[in-house]
Amino acid sequence: MRWLNLFIMLLFAALMLYATADLPGHADPQAPASLHVTPTYIENTLKDTHTPNVVTSVLADYRGYDTLGETVVIFTAGLACVLVLMKRKANDKTALSKHHRSDRM
Amino acid sequence: MIKQHYQSIIVQTVCSLLIPFIQLFALYVIFHGHYGPGGGFQGGVLLAVSVILQRLYLGQKISYQKFSPEMAMAFGAVGLLIYGLAGAIPMAYGASFLDYGHLPLFWVHDAERRALGILIVEIGIGLGVFGTLVLIFDNLVGERW
Repeated sequence: MRWLNLFIMLLFAALMLYATADLPGHADPQAPASLHVTPTYIENTLKDTHTPNVVTSVLADYRGYDTLGETVVIFTAGLACVLVLMKRKANDKTALSKHHRSDRM
Repeated sequence: MIKQHYQSIIVQTVCSLLIPFIQLFALYVIFHGHYGPGGGFQGGVLLAVSVILQRLYLGQKISYQKFSPEMAMAFGAVGLLIYGLAGAIPMAYGASFLDYGHLPLFWVHDAERRALGILIVEIGIGLGVFGTLVLIFDNLVGERW
């Protein structure tokens, strides 16, 4: 079973590496994103949103879904920290009261 | 007199002088996101820093009376709720999710409405980041919590 897992993972890795060959080069001016999406944002930001900062309008308006997801991720990570640390503290307290161990602080 | 955590008059004076300016700068960073570097994430971190500095120099007992960890969690949730509502309210006016041009701000025209929508969203992000960071700090160093 382990070898099967390894084989599937290697297969997917090979597939991803094969797919990267078709990606446009880094900061290629002829890439589709640089030809259509970026000029549209830069030209229409002031007209659409009255926001001189293109970064802000892309972050909060054109790509609002992404930022909403980021905020949810941050808040969820905070809640997960709370849950993990609360459980650890409760465990420490019970261990201290049961065994009176001085090396656990 | 209540016993304070950091028994140094210099540290207490400097911190109590610094905190309002840090908070003012945090608000500036949030509201300046339209015109330059800045935005909700950075401003939220600065707000959290002001509360963490207060925790450090006042000590847990007094600082929790001023701003409790429960409040921090509530702030984070409210920030997320503001963002979600800014996305959901335009849907009630027949637009798609997060289309700030259809927020019910009838006294301004469409593009200005989008700018205000971005501002509302940035405030929501700021509150969310602020609450979350204070919450993580309180859980790492706090005793009661």
